[in-house]
Amino acid sequence: MEKINVTMTVNGKEETLSVEPRTLLVHALREHLDYTGAHIGCSSSHCGACTIDMNGKSVKSCTVFAPQAEGAEILTVEGIGSPDKLHAIQEMFKEHHGLQCGYCTPGMIMRSYRFLQENPNPTEEEVRFGISGNLCRCTGYQNIVKSIMAAADKIRDEANVEKKEIA
Amino acid sequence: MDDVKTPSREERKSALSGLGTSRKRVEDARFTQGKGNYVDDIKLKGMLFGDFVRSPVAHARVKNIDTSAALALPGVHAVLTAADLEPLGLHWMPTLAGDKQMVLADGKVLFQGQEVAFVVGDDRYAVADGVSLVEVEYEELPVVTDPFKAELKDAPILREDIADQKEGAHGARRHPNHIFTWEAGEKEETNKVLEEAEVVADEMVYYHRTHPCPLETCGCVASMDKVNGKLTVWGTFQAPHAVRTVASLISSIPEHNIRIISPDIGGGFGNKVGVYPGYVCSIVASIVTGVPIKWVEDRMDNLMATAFARDYWMHGKISATKEGKITGLWCHTTADHGAFDACADPTKFPAGFMNICTGSYDIPVAYLAVDGVYTNKAPGGVAYRCSFRVTEASYFIERMIEVLAQKLGMDSAELRSKNFIKKDQFPYRSALGWEYDSGDYHQAWQKAMTSVNYKQLREDQAKQLQLFKDGKSRKLMGIGLSHFTEIVGAGPVKNCDILGLGMFDACEIRIHPTGSAIARLGTISQGQGHATTFAQILASEIGIPASDITLEEGDTDTAPYGLGTYGSRSTPVAGAATAMAGRKIRAKAQMIAAYLLEVHDDDLEWDVDRFSVKGAPEKFKTMKEIAFASYNQAIPGVEPGLEAVSYYDPPNMTYPNGAYVVVMEIDVDTGVSDIKQVYALDDCGTRINPMIIEGQVHGGLTEALAISMGQEISYDEQGNVMTGTLMDFFIPTAWETPNYETDYTETPSPHHPIGAKGVGESPNVGGVSAFSNAVHDAFKPFGLTQAHMPHDHWRVWKIAKDLGLHS
Repeated sequence: MEKINVTMTVNGKEETLSVEPRTLLVHALREHLDYTGAHIGCSSSHCGACTIDMNGKSVKSCTVFAPQAEGAEILTVEGIGSPDKLHAIQEMFKEHHGLQCGYCTPGMIMRSYRFLQENPNPTEEEVRFGISGNLCRCTGYQNIVKSIMAAADKIRDEANVEKKEIA
Repeated sequence: MDDVKTPSREERKSALSGLGTSRKRVEDARFTQGKGNYVDDIKLKGMLFGDFVRSPVAHARVKNIDTSAALALPGVHAVLTAADLEPLGLHWMPTLAGDKQMVLADGKVLFQGQEVAFVVGDDRYAVADGVSLVEVEYEELPVVTDPFKAELKDAPILREDIADQKEGAHGARRHPNHIFTWEAGEKEETNKVLEEAEVVADEMVYYHRTHPCPLETCGCVASMDKVNGKLTVWGTFQAPHAVRTVASLISSIPEHNIRIISPDIGGGFGNKVGVYPGYVCSIVASIVTGVPIKWVEDRMDNLMATAFARDYWMHGKISATKEGKITGLWCHTTADHGAFDACADPTKFPAGFMNICTGSYDIPVAYLAVDGVYTNKAPGGVAYRCSFRVTEASYFIERMIEVLAQKLGMDSAELRSKNFIKKDQFPYRSALGWEYDSGDYHQAWQKAMTSVNYKQLREDQAKQLQLFKDGKSRKLMGIGLSHFTEIVGAGPVKNCDILGLGMFDACEIRIHPTGSAIARLGTISQGQGHATTFAQILASEIGIPASDITLEEGDTDTAPYGLGTYGSRSTPVAGAATAMAGRKIRAKAQMIAAYLLEVHDDDLEWDVDRFSVKGAPEKFKTMKEIAFASYNQAIPGVEPGLEAVSYYDPPNMTYPNGAYVVVMEIDVDTGVSDIKQVYALDDCGTRINPMIIEGQVHGGLTEALAISMGQEISYDEQGNVMTGTLMDFFIPTAWETPNYETDYTETPSPHHPIGAKGVGESPNVGGVSAFSNAVHDAFKPFGLTQAHMPHDHWRVWKIAKDLGLHS
């Protein structure tokens, strides 16, 4: 099949890939760009293991064609923190045992990343609804919810400190 | 001198992060940053992909396979069929249960989704195109999906390859579709007790077919290096060493030339114990093409073709005195194994440990028979988050207790309490032959009943029932109880093996000169956090901080031989090996310390992280000092270095147990259940890491919730899989999942070096009964005795309808 060029910004870096038009975004990210954080659990949008952030929205990258991401801003779990400075969500998942096998974790973290911008001060019920597109087989969600609530607190605290510093 | 504060004993202990501490997981740094290394993340130079053409029908002769159109496609490199595998003797493979299974359809197909041909191509897309172009001509045959019809006289014969064999791997076969009869206990005596009993409850308890469905499906990358003759296979293997031995036996590649690597595994739950056609085809394809081959199944393949769980029809009779003292238990199980017997059970146990079905109760006499049959369904029968058939056994007895209580007009909590094995009866020999190691069931039960305020719950339930009867509410309240006893940690080599391989496990430890260490084990974590917890066991044994100990598993070239991780065997067996290897290290360290301190070995005592002179604690050598000395001192009679290995053959299984309570409210008109409370008390013996135990319990309870309330693999009469995607196959989301209350008692195992029993599977075993019993309990006042799982909204609505509650 003939290939086409697709250009997108992934984790702040502009990338141009030559792919078949039918290539799924998750395969483009994982196999062409080696961002293997996003995982494939169902290929049918049910499990959320492939969740990434695309143009400011949570997207299940297993059901988006790579050409649909032409010109898009994409953020994956590899792009939200660094080994020296983890994102608050990553830190809180570690702190509250919010993961076990780790397979759902990148998708879960990326959904939480967007969710906490949509709703920075959520109730437990809102968190549970907010991540209901992401399945986990190991944790029973209780500690994932706890991690996200703790991350919300931490992000708010950090923002307050920053505000004070500016003032 | 006094300026430097000498750390106290407690401070030194705490610095180790050893047994009993909620140490944070060392695995999480890479998983939270997307730096896990799962099979599908592996990318090798020149790697091709493979995928299957699968049967669309459940039973048919394969008349012809035309691969020409597929082969003509650019990007497709090869198409393998049974005819290609036959000269290598690989068109069939042995199963773990003593049966054999087609790798690729050999003349016929026996279940929908069966592997027919293996297409190899440049990438997933080219392979998908190739798969769609392979033309297979099927001649359909009559289908058997009902295990009770499999043995009818005129039933179609499924396994023509063994139709004439009167003897199977587990004794006599009475019909071409019959696999085995397995018996335990005293048949005649049990029948006699039942005949003469004051009260007998008789019920058919079905534990439906379901699937472990880990979030990561099964897959592998096989790479045959023709230059050095070495085959390396990365795969989703819960038992990498066993896979290596099986691969060597069936391929004739010498075992030292095979390296099996289990990288990070995205959940297993029993699904990744077996050997699948995908592994065999990938290996053959790599040998044929000379390049690495990746095969990763998709979700539909996973649900349709790789290892299902359960599917046990358990007919039970339980007898008691009028006062509620149980006198006998009888069970006949019809086990639907699908098209091949591919159960992952120890060889001598074709029905696993189903003979733990006397549960937590002191039952004087019992009899169990299990008949395995073939049907046109996928093979498997794996232990989905439980030890071999233990959740079936536990569900059976916990339903029978409820049905008996109903018959006696007695509260089932009281009936349980009246019949529990007493603390002073341990070690307890059960009527079906097991020796329970330890437990205090009454203590656990009382703690559970008090914690949930059982009396109050029953009062609330009665009030709710009155409101319903008065027409003021359409909701009923159900209280689900369960007390379970598991049997895990398989197992003693004298009676536990898989394909002749004794079920011991191993740990090898090397202490580095500067006092840190690496330990390697024969197990493999799939999310249980072994790298965290096994380091804790070792920290307490050898006095080196857990953070200074690297744990490595899953590479057969470096790890000592072990039988892997399933059936909650890691802590009972490999955990014991870890402690024993640690003790060997300590024994040698004591000799070195004695030399350094110029005292006799016996004059030293172990003190957290050091050996000190008895009566003179200021004279000591720390483990760190001893480690360095072992590398730089010539000690007479002592070899340099500090290493140890232990192969641990457990003397007995371990018997984790617990008491669970589920409270739910059921809407009679919609069948929707609202879970109000889930309380889980576990006794897993010595607790290694309470944080991880709690996480395991949460996860197991959620799988129990799924199984009991909606998850199933169902077939229509033509053998079509009705639940092949996550649209139909129920996995609870965060929205449906309740919060859990966890609790514990701690009765160490007397035969395990650190007293630990294992916990990963307990919540599934205890949870399924508790959820299901709650549904039954809600409808008990209207005469319901048994309704088959899963209790999804429709089935619950149907219970209400059939009981005439919809007026």
